[in-house]
Amino acid sequence: MMRRRTTLLSGCTALVLALGATACGGGDPVSAGGGDKALGGQTVTVAGVWSGAEQKNFQKVLDAFAEKTGAKTQFVSTGDNVSTVVGSKIEGGNAPDVVMVPQVGVLQQFAGNGWLKPLSSTTQKAVAANYAPVWKDYGSVKGTLYGLYFKAAHKSTVWYSPAALEQAGVHPPKTYDEMLKAGRTVSDSGLAAFSVAGQDGWTLTDWFENVYLSQAGPEKYDALAAHELKWTDQSVVDALTTLGKLFQDKQLLAGGQKGALNTDFPGSVEKVFGPEPEAGMVYEGDFVAGVAKDQFGRKIGEDADFFAFPPVGGGEAPVVSGGDAAVVLKDGKNSKAGMALLEYLATPEAAAVWAGTGGFLSPNKKLDLASYGVDVTRTTAKSLITAGDSVRFDMSDQAPAAFGGTKGAGEWKILQDFLRDPSDPKATAAQLETAAAKAYKG
Amino acid sequence: MTATLTKTAAPPAAATVARKRRARRRGRTVALLFVLPALLLLGALVVYPVLFSVGRSFFDASGTRFVGGDNYTEMFRDPATLKAVRNTAIWVVVAPTLLTGLGLILAVLVEKIRWATAFKLLLFMPMAVSFLAAGIIFRLAYDEDPDKGVLNAAAVGVHDAFQDTASYPTARARDGEGLTRGADGSYRTGTSVSPGDTVALGLVGVAPKELPAGAEPAYPAAARTAGPDELRGVVYLDFTPGGGGKQGVVDRRESGLPKMEVEAVRDGKTVASTTTAADGSFRFPGLETGPYTVTLPGSNFAQPYDGVSWLGPALVTPPIIGAYLWIWTGFAMVLIGAGLSTLPRDSLEAARMDGANEWQVFRRITVPLLAPVLTVVFVTLVINVMKVFDLVYIIAPGPVQEDATVLATQMWLVSFGGGNDQGLGSALGVLLLLLVIPAMVFNVRRFRGSQR
Repeated sequence: MMRRRTTLLSGCTALVLALGATACGGGDPVSAGGGDKALGGQTVTVAGVWSGAEQKNFQKVLDAFAEKTGAKTQFVSTGDNVSTVVGSKIEGGNAPDVVMVPQVGVLQQFAGNGWLKPLSSTTQKAVAANYAPVWKDYGSVKGTLYGLYFKAAHKSTVWYSPAALEQAGVHPPKTYDEMLKAGRTVSDSGLAAFSVAGQDGWTLTDWFENVYLSQAGPEKYDALAAHELKWTDQSVVDALTTLGKLFQDKQLLAGGQKGALNTDFPGSVEKVFGPEPEAGMVYEGDFVAGVAKDQFGRKIGEDADFFAFPPVGGGEAPVVSGGDAAVVLKDGKNSKAGMALLEYLATPEAAAVWAGTGGFLSPNKKLDLASYGVDVTRTTAKSLITAGDSVRFDMSDQAPAAFGGTKGAGEWKILQDFLRDPSDPKATAAQLETAAAKAYKG
Repeated sequence: MTATLTKTAAPPAAATVARKRRARRRGRTVALLFVLPALLLLGALVVYPVLFSVGRSFFDASGTRFVGGDNYTEMFRDPATLKAVRNTAIWVVVAPTLLTGLGLILAVLVEKIRWATAFKLLLFMPMAVSFLAAGIIFRLAYDEDPDKGVLNAAAVGVHDAFQDTASYPTARARDGEGLTRGADGSYRTGTSVSPGDTVALGLVGVAPKELPAGAEPAYPAAARTAGPDELRGVVYLDFTPGGGGKQGVVDRRESGLPKMEVEAVRDGKTVASTTTAADGSFRFPGLETGPYTVTLPGSNFAQPYDGVSWLGPALVTPPIIGAYLWIWTGFAMVLIGAGLSTLPRDSLEAARMDGANEWQVFRRITVPLLAPVLTVVFVTLVINVMKVFDLVYIIAPGPVQEDATVLATQMWLVSFGGGNDQGLGSALGVLLLLLVIPAMVFNVRRFRGSQR
């Protein structure tokens, strides 16, 4: 999710890089046979949205693969718009072998275009054995498994400053209502309770998704994500009402509604973990830890900790997730070697390589939790694995971009309006339905 | 012209007429040959895309189904497009007018000063900054947080120089614990108190580090009893750091709130006022018997002034136009200045000799003589403003993007930036074209006129 921010610049540079980089990569047809160094002399090209530290860490995984098989690997950063970049590469006859797809919608689009190879039986067996079935479903289109989820994100974590909560004398809450109550106590102590990044619409969709998943349950969540259920449904109005309890309480939001709308995601983390704290808690995914650590020098686990997004009403605690799935392109020059890479990525061994360096969660059940370098990451990973089948993918990432992923339009904009004035959930639900109907139709 | 000359000079013989016709035809072929590359380029780069867009605007998002005028009706039903049309109209009216006016004034003034070139250079400098960079600069300058946005920092600085800030802007009372909030932000005791009573007024929401230096625990003061003709009390922070305190009770570690204004009110009239001591205690001595209300006036809690919401939904377009002015003023000034330097000096001098003052010279001589230049500048800017995109896209924050949108941004958003409906986008493009055409025609006419 964080990567959305840097769309303009990184997108352009990555595009340039991508166009230049994959010119090489031809090779001999793959000879059958396993064993070590079987893929010597071949180059597997992998495209993905990662750049910077994520790219560096993924490269370590690729290096481990190369070590094992003798194949050369090459990673190409696509920038934000994977589908456009990969589409143009396929048309140009220069397709990468493996693509790391960051959204369910994109995976479905690729499969629909007939670009993808179904996963090999080895990988399929590994997925069946090592992954919760939900990951298999999110990687499948019409019953065929195309995508292997290698990296996952946990978006049901509320991050807090232990010092602030201690000052207020409250403990991490166990229910949504307790969370609001704890928030009011924090605000009594003189610090606003929550810092909400209202300027970035996607953080608001994540808030909504957590509340909705917990309050309405996974079945309705799936139906709403597929737009089989209308947004005017009572469950949506209820979830908005629940969320509105928090949004309309000026005591709970740092800077009130106006302040929240003027805060972007990094700003919201700064308000809790920066040098001059203005709030005690900030909700977003596990990547908050990265910002708190890298930008504000907080020690994760000591100066910054998290509690799971608490359950709403009588519901289960939500686990909203996201992830990058590896897919193999039909048109890749070395797609067989690419398939071998996926077989490797499905092993706990591959996940352990990145888990040790941090900034990574694996949906692979077989990965030993001891491989994670940081305690807090281990806890998030544990929560993700134990949630098993109740994990749900970020709903706005499943929706068409016009509805769930456009600055100043669709769900982002409507939820921002809702944050500005949360008094009429019913009208908000109606607006959401209008926008969704328009976007899903296209 | 040469043709007419030869016609009158040569005798009208049949052979020469035929030869001339052939020569003319050959001339036309040669001319066509010369024009051909330009025509091809124009056709491929301008005419074809325009026609394609027009055609595309009659098809749906996927480009396969003919939908007739649906995109156009959809366009005017969509509130976002209507807003874009409205904003574009504001832009087209306001920006070129202001720019031409500013440019004219600056050009006339600059002519009269000594360091004219340096000044012109300075004003022209923003033209060298790309729209993207300028957009990022102004996005920061307009930021609502006075710690980030320089404009609001100035606004707050000026405001605070004239008005003191309240000492407890964040303080508030818990509901249902004896204090009720008035419409003016004040707090008063609900029940009437009378002399001889001691009241404890608990507030929350003040961080320990925001307490004034020297604040002392309120516990001892709360225990004191009042004399028969005095009203005593304590204003304290009803929150024990680390939790554990009892709500509505002055606990041992809870701090008093010093320098708080307190008033004793009887029958709606303030009869006594005081400020609290370091331990939050206050005392109204020598009161007549009767019911009183103790009030903490709203001035204690006044919210700090946090400047103007430049990029809020109501105000967002004018600040963006401001950024546009910053970039283009130099351009307008230089162009008008060039026109100004070619003005016949003698007519200006003559007017001055006849006793016209500078204002009259400016109004009656300079402006009318400059009118052609001013029109060119104005029309060029109109065309330029129609396609303004970068500034709007970058300066407007996400939540108000739709309130700031103009036709060009809307067109992009609808076709590529998430909407993925290039049919509707083409329709918007056609609308934009139709709006630009009158200005183009006008400019072309003017060019022709000035050539003749």
